[in-house]
Amino acid sequence: MRVTLWSSHYKVVDMNAGAGIQQDNNASPGVDAEQISCLRNEMLRFASLQLRDKHLAEDVVHEAIAAALKSTGFNTRASLKTWVFAILRNKIIDVIRERSRHPVEEFLEEDLGDLDEAFDDHDHWRRDHKPADWGHPEAVLANEQFWVIFEACLTHLPQNTARVFMMREHLGLEIREICQELTISESNCWAIMSRARMRLRLCLEENFLE
Amino acid sequence: MMNCKQATRLMSHGQDRQLTLPERMRLKFHLLICNGCSHYNKHLNIIHQAMKRISDR
Repeated sequence: MRVTLWSSHYKVVDMNAGAGIQQDNNASPGVDAEQISCLRNEMLRFASLQLRDKHLAEDVVHEAIAAALKSTGFNTRASLKTWVFAILRNKIIDVIRERSRHPVEEFLEEDLGDLDEAFDDHDHWRRDHKPADWGHPEAVLANEQFWVIFEACLTHLPQNTARVFMMREHLGLEIREICQELTISESNCWAIMSRARMRLRLCLEENFLE
Repeated sequence: MMNCKQATRLMSHGQDRQLTLPERMRLKFHLLICNGCSHYNKHLNIIHQAMKRISDR
């Protein structure tokens, strides 16, 4: 059984068992262990989707909760969530910055795959690649199966493509900011975003409509 | 005359920045005559909405 000290208020006993969060007597008023445990799962999901590295995601979530509990910037359940997610977001951006200082490969190289095959010699849709009708958008978004496939398709985006896409769509950074963070040109960034959406759409169409 | 490849690129740009008036007009005309791109545009909006809901969870 592993015992990890999270902060002066909480400790996790046997993280693999899931629910083993205990609260010390001097915890902040209005914050309970169940609430932290519930938030931790949401935060892990958020960080994993963004960083695509389970262990790294656990580390940043751990740090974010510890930092949040050291401060007194919240006093209700809602503000605790806002507070820890703001800290988590900043920690994720720090990790991305650190990664971008050590680029492992050229950004566009990984994603020059089969996307151009959708178009003919005149750059119009080939008949067998033409986007299909998915039905009403609200009905699609209400479909549970869509969400399962959507998350799977997100996970299968090429790593650097996903990094740019998630910085834009998940962290809400502007294209200009992403270019600066990752030291890539703006035209490259636009191209990556376009390809990310095209690849994601294709993955959804191939799997959701079946 | 805009082709489908150019239209898909412009639709993606439209998710991240304000398109210029000429860009909007050219894209609007293309979407009127191209069924595939019209679906593509709806799909990009669905993806954007899905990402928004994930972020708001």
